Amino acid sequence: MANSVVIKIKRQATPADKPRWEEFDLSHKPGMNVISCLMDIAANPVTRDGKPTTPITYDSNCLEEVCGSCAMLINGRARMACSALVDKLDQPIRLEPFSKFPVVRDLAVDRQVLFENLKAVKAWVPIDGTYDLGPGPRMTAEQQEAAYPLSRCISCCCCMEVCPQFNDETGFVGAATIAQVRLFNTHPTGAALERERLAALMGDGGIQECGYAQNCVEACPKDIPLTRSISEVGGAVMKQAIGDLFRK
Amino acid sequence: MATTPKITVIGGGLAGLAAVIKIAEMGGQVDLFSIVPVKRSHSVCAQGGINAAKNLKGEGDSTWKHFDDTIYGGDFLANQPPVKAMCEAAPGIIDLLDRMGVPFNRTPEGLLDFRRFGGTLYNRTAFAGATTGQQLLYALDEQVRRYESEGKVKKYEHWEFLSAVLDGNKICRGICAMDLRSMEVRTFPSDAIIIATGGNGAIFGKSTNSVVCTGSAQSALYQQGCFYANGEFIQVHPTCIPGEDKLRLMSESARGEGGRVWVPKTPGDKRDPKSIPQSERWYFLEEWYPKYGNLVPRDVATRAIFKVVFEHNLGIDGKPMVYLDLTHIDRKILDRKLEGILEIYEKFVGDDPRDTPMKIFPGMHYTMGGLWVDFNQATNISGIYAAGECEYQYHGANRLGANSLVSCIYGGFIAGPAAVQYARNQKAAAGNGYFDTERKQQEENNAMLMKSEGKENPFRLWRELGELMTRDCTVIRYNKNLKETDAKLCELLERFRRINLSDRSQWANTSVVFTRQLYNMLQLSRVIAQGAAMRDESRGAHYKPDFPERDDKNWLKTTKAYFAPDADEPKFEFEPVDISLIPPRARKY
Repeated sequence: MANSVVIKIKRQATPADKPRWEEFDLSHKPGMNVISCLMDIAANPVTRDGKPTTPITYDSNCLEEVCGSCAMLINGRARMACSALVDKLDQPIRLEPFSKFPVVRDLAVDRQVLFENLKAVKAWVPIDGTYDLGPGPRMTAEQQEAAYPLSRCISCCCCMEVCPQFNDETGFVGAATIAQVRLFNTHPTGAALERERLAALMGDGGIQECGYAQNCVEACPKDIPLTRSISEVGGAVMKQAIGDLFRK
Repeated sequence: MATTPKITVIGGGLAGLAAVIKIAEMGGQVDLFSIVPVKRSHSVCAQGGINAAKNLKGEGDSTWKHFDDTIYGGDFLANQPPVKAMCEAAPGIIDLLDRMGVPFNRTPEGLLDFRRFGGTLYNRTAFAGATTGQQLLYALDEQVRRYESEGKVKKYEHWEFLSAVLDGNKICRGICAMDLRSMEVRTFPSDAIIIATGGNGAIFGKSTNSVVCTGSAQSALYQQGCFYANGEFIQVHPTCIPGEDKLRLMSESARGEGGRVWVPKTPGDKRDPKSIPQSERWYFLEEWYPKYGNLVPRDVATRAIFKVVFEHNLGIDGKPMVYLDLTHIDRKILDRKLEGILEIYEKFVGDDPRDTPMKIFPGMHYTMGGLWVDFNQATNISGIYAAGECEYQYHGANRLGANSLVSCIYGGFIAGPAAVQYARNQKAAAGNGYFDTERKQQEENNAMLMKSEGKENPFRLWRELGELMTRDCTVIRYNKNLKETDAKLCELLERFRRINLSDRSQWANTSVVFTRQLYNMLQLSRVIAQGAAMRDESRGAHYKPDFPERDDKNWLKTTKAYFAPDADEPKFEFEPVDISLIPPRARKY
């Protein structure tokens, strides 16, 4: 055990193909993580029973848990592969692609939906232009300390993968997007679009689909206050919906 | 030309996105290409901060002092006018980022807070926690998403740039790129292109760079006729966390906030570091450099650590590592100012750096050299611009900490408008047959790799390349080793012809993509090794024990490599450095 690492990987050659499992036996090195295992397989793509195979396709980039690329299911848990240290995982290590996103190939999935959601809720500060207009609005250290954790979301989609409500039936937008709405609505300039953002979270697939399972906040690798964000934004959506009702 | 200029931007890090925003704002139309979704670009890795002489700490800082520090830190190899312009623009860039919503740390009065970084005596570095690069990239990413939703930007994510499309007059008319999922090779016409593809860390195998930082695009353009300047200048960061898959950066801000570098005075001391009394610790940076202490520039700190480890044999437990110690600083302060980077150490090593000193060692970090550009970010090929780490303009022989983010954004802000201006004056090309020619050429390259029947595994070949380049082309350089390195690079290129892809499928095939990058890495490696061999002096990050002094008489000049297709190797010429503003002086910290 100390000298070898056994990994089982769920593979799928194309989106249309059926998934299959392959098992690998790698020599153990101190400090290994799941990414270094995948790199070792690429350098010697042979399965445990000696059959030549192809290197694994997976998304990765920074390997420091800040780009959000290498999310996958590791021993059934949604997490980043770069920060999954082999010595802290039970073997055989099982790697699977996220189950709620279309598989591209092997462990790579298509997470474009999150970026589309960010467009829908206008997750930006509407500045006038990039020409010199002096400093931004003054902010207290407390405001900065509230905004910063929300701004660390790496768009990994772990919170969506683990959410029971995130599926084709509900079309739920997911926790990450809601936390971004909170971030931009609390920014002095960003607040200009508050009504539009809240409106985008009303109706089918909106914030009311949340079932408060709280899986999201458990899975988030960046400890973003997701459930608090959902309840705050949920309250604001409700208030605006009632207000709209009376204004009609 | 068409009323709406069409610009292609390759790379979605800070430089690329900065260019995109300017172009969209000027009414241009952008095609934005990136290997990864742009929000996942390598800029997110920058931790410590961004420099701007806002002088909000009553220290009498000025943009001139920022300029002087940058030129001095770069050992006078950078052309001075563009660096001066960058330093003057920096305070306005900070204001803009502040307006975009970057959660910069604040003072009690609610103003931007600034910290100290290496190579300066001023608190000049604005920061957002310990993830400043991430915060800056997100701010630009959000503005680009806004333009995307307005139809002014079309993103091609999961696409890789393969080559520029050049017409019969060697004018760039667009690009050839490959869809990393369908593997389709396609050409995209545009009026001008901007390359913003970052550094080339992958050439050194393990580095602090992200996976996509292969230098492949720069190398492809160099092979198409672009000059590649100062390739031999590679920054090694003194404080990295050694890892199996990569070297993770421990930001300079750890030292900026008071972190101290030391080793036990007794070789092979096996005691727990906390139990070693002060009198038995050697704070060698503080002893050797009393003025700057732990905050000497990166090249100086790196060589000092090498000396302590390899000459004094004082590496921790006999291994190539030294302590970077934060344990004397209050936990609350550490959490507030450095949480992000401390988290990295905790997550990837398993120890809490608030309780126990970190073990660190130098690693390849930044590419000072890059595509040659003029003061408008234009390369020597008409219609090709470059910005960010992929070009050579702002850092001379050594980059100061927290200057990269500002140079990326500033470079993008110059390149974007310059490309639009160029596009407005550009005449249409005669004919368009060169698009088909280029596409067929690239498809042929892919087909050749796919059917190659050799025995060489590209990923193993890459490991050999990385070990070779790290050993002989980083901190300490000897001419004999550099010549051998170039010979070995030729050998690797020869072996490349016998490559064997273990994957020949036509869908999301990472092997063929990586193998193409590997070829470009090998070609660019020769530029680095030969450039280093030629430069018989020591300057900034380039250090030769046999030529330990800076030699302004012979070497105060920019190295310009160009590809000689017939010889299949680099040729070199040299260009004087513009030193019109600050006369060179000895660099002594």
